[in-house]
Amino acid sequence: MFSETIELRGHIIDSLILPKVLDQILTRGANFKIGEIRIGKKRADQSFARIEVSAETTEALDDLVLRLRQHGAEVVRRADVQLEKAPANGVFPREFYVTTNQQTFVRLKGREIEVKPAMMDSAIAVDTKKRTAHAAKFFDVRKGDEIVVGHQGVRVVPVQRATSHTDVFQFINASIAADEPKSAVIRELAHELQRARAAGGKIAIVGGPAIVRTGAGEHLVRLIERGYVDRLFAGNAFAVYDAERALFGTSLGVSPERAFGTGGHENHMRAINILRETKGIAAAVEKKILTRGVMHACVRHKVDIVLTGSIRDEGPIPGVTTDVIEAQKIMREKLANITHVFLLGTVQHSLAVAAMLAPTVKTVCVDIDPTAVERAIEHQPLQSIGLVTDVEPFLRELAEALAGDDRTGESRRRR
Amino acid sequence: MLMRELLLCPPDHYGIEYEINPWMSRARGAETALVQKQWKGLEATLSNLGAKIHLVPPQPRLPDMVFTANAGLTVGKKFIPSNFRHKERAGEAPHFVRWMEEHGYETAWLPENLYFEGEGDALFGGDALFCGYKFRSDIQSHRAVADILGCLVISVELVDPRFYHLDTCFCPLPDGSAFWFPAAFDEYGQRAIRDHVKGLIDVSPEEAAHFSCNAVVLAPDIVLPEGAPKLVAILKERDYRCHELPMSEFLKAGGACKCLTMFMPQREACA
Repeated sequence: MFSETIELRGHIIDSLILPKVLDQILTRGANFKIGEIRIGKKRADQSFARIEVSAETTEALDDLVLRLRQHGAEVVRRADVQLEKAPANGVFPREFYVTTNQQTFVRLKGREIEVKPAMMDSAIAVDTKKRTAHAAKFFDVRKGDEIVVGHQGVRVVPVQRATSHTDVFQFINASIAADEPKSAVIRELAHELQRARAAGGKIAIVGGPAIVRTGAGEHLVRLIERGYVDRLFAGNAFAVYDAERALFGTSLGVSPERAFGTGGHENHMRAINILRETKGIAAAVEKKILTRGVMHACVRHKVDIVLTGSIRDEGPIPGVTTDVIEAQKIMREKLANITHVFLLGTVQHSLAVAAMLAPTVKTVCVDIDPTAVERAIEHQPLQSIGLVTDVEPFLRELAEALAGDDRTGESRRRR
Repeated sequence: MLMRELLLCPPDHYGIEYEINPWMSRARGAETALVQKQWKGLEATLSNLGAKIHLVPPQPRLPDMVFTANAGLTVGKKFIPSNFRHKERAGEAPHFVRWMEEHGYETAWLPENLYFEGEGDALFGGDALFCGYKFRSDIQSHRAVADILGCLVISVELVDPRFYHLDTCFCPLPDGSAFWFPAAFDEYGQRAIRDHVKGLIDVSPEEAAHFSCNAVVLAPDIVLPEGAPKLVAILKERDYRCHELPMSEFLKAGGACKCLTMFMPQREACA
């Protein structure tokens, strides 16, 4: 939303100028916030109102403000942003403005422009000729780029708590401890996923190897098969464990079906070797070498797989991006249209993704470690739920709730 | 009752020389002999009703100077001169200011960037000063006027270009009521007037088109253009004496009795 602050002075109450201005703002689809109002005490006393007017586009705002000026509204001039040139490639000016993940506007020559995309822990680079502003990471900046310094002329619009509808995120908005009940929340999350899918939302899973090792992979497969996953973010290890399990029945040598491990650490290395030989997951699925598991389901159901590497990785398998800067860029791009994200059993990967999310993305974090949950959801204060639990029972219950709901829906349709 | 003093300007240079409102058409000029006759008729009527008439000397190439209501607004010994919106009329201002100052009035200037067209857009009713805006005066000028006078100003938006000044569609009466043409105002202006004026008399569209609201009130006498029998009947019921005058030649410029007159002062002081 683009905004201007206007002031009205005079006998604006008796002349009904204040209600007229407020009505005009609303009837033109814009919004207002009264910052200050002083009503004259005696009959001849004048009144004063300071109103922040906001509209969807600069054009709509300009048009509206022009009309309001006819009724005496004076636009409060706000200061422009201060810019300084980047001193070297990859270096911001000392006093550079550090962004949040909230919607941000900068004022340039008296008019606001939106910083696109909104990205946390970045600087704001401004192209004064094209009148554009974007959040810039260190690797984006080139010597001489115009970077916003200080806070002047920067306006941040925090996400508002939705008032038009209610969902589970409005009610819970916190983390649920290990000793608190979770089934009801999981059922609500299932409903939310159904609504999201129906409304064309995009759902991302950020998964850790624990999903495979605990045997929760099959529940995730059910979600994928039912169309509840659009994109999967994971590391090399997740893909390798999943392939190992598909190929040998173990992950890192442990079989979920047996109460006691039987050894077989080498299965892990052999799985990597097979995937390297077949030139990646998709090829392995196509050649029917990989015939089950999460990766298989993703390929079959056209779920976008975004694999990134880490120092501990063996391999890596083909398709894993190991350059961290390159990986950040890809992840950011792939997260751009996501509406719902599930951070499941992976601390570092979850934190990396959480830092890239727009504040409007609904976030669920499931981890056995309470601090991991707290840290992962702290940037989405109005849109997140944390569950401190093992990821396996969570995914099992979620998959069952979705299967049950889908069945009821189908039988209702059949009737 | 105190003798009312009025400022008029003989129509020696009057004519339709430009078009700045929907009434004006250079193809439809005013007939000089009739102009003189109608204006003299007004002057005589006002004089006979006991008003003291002052005449400001007319100036060549300022044909609308005859409409003295737009000279400014006078309260007590204070004269707030107009800032005309149209350059065609801007030349009138210094003549009016000089004349008023020579006659003992103190000029209270408005900021130059705010348009204000005097008594044409500013009429006292009850304890409030009603001010019209949009076509000629800016609403910002109303606040400046309120600052100078220290009175309550009710700003009302004019929406019909035929009724471009407040005095063409609103005529306050000394008992706190008024007659008016409601459709000349936007809905907020209508509500603001209804909130502050009791006993309003609505003028029909046909009669309003004869500039019936453009009347000079010297209670219990009202001098107005002819062509408003219904309004006159209602005013008579309220014990006013109506004097209906032919104003055809001035209507061609979008003016009538009130436009040709400025009160000196309109009020002795603000309530």
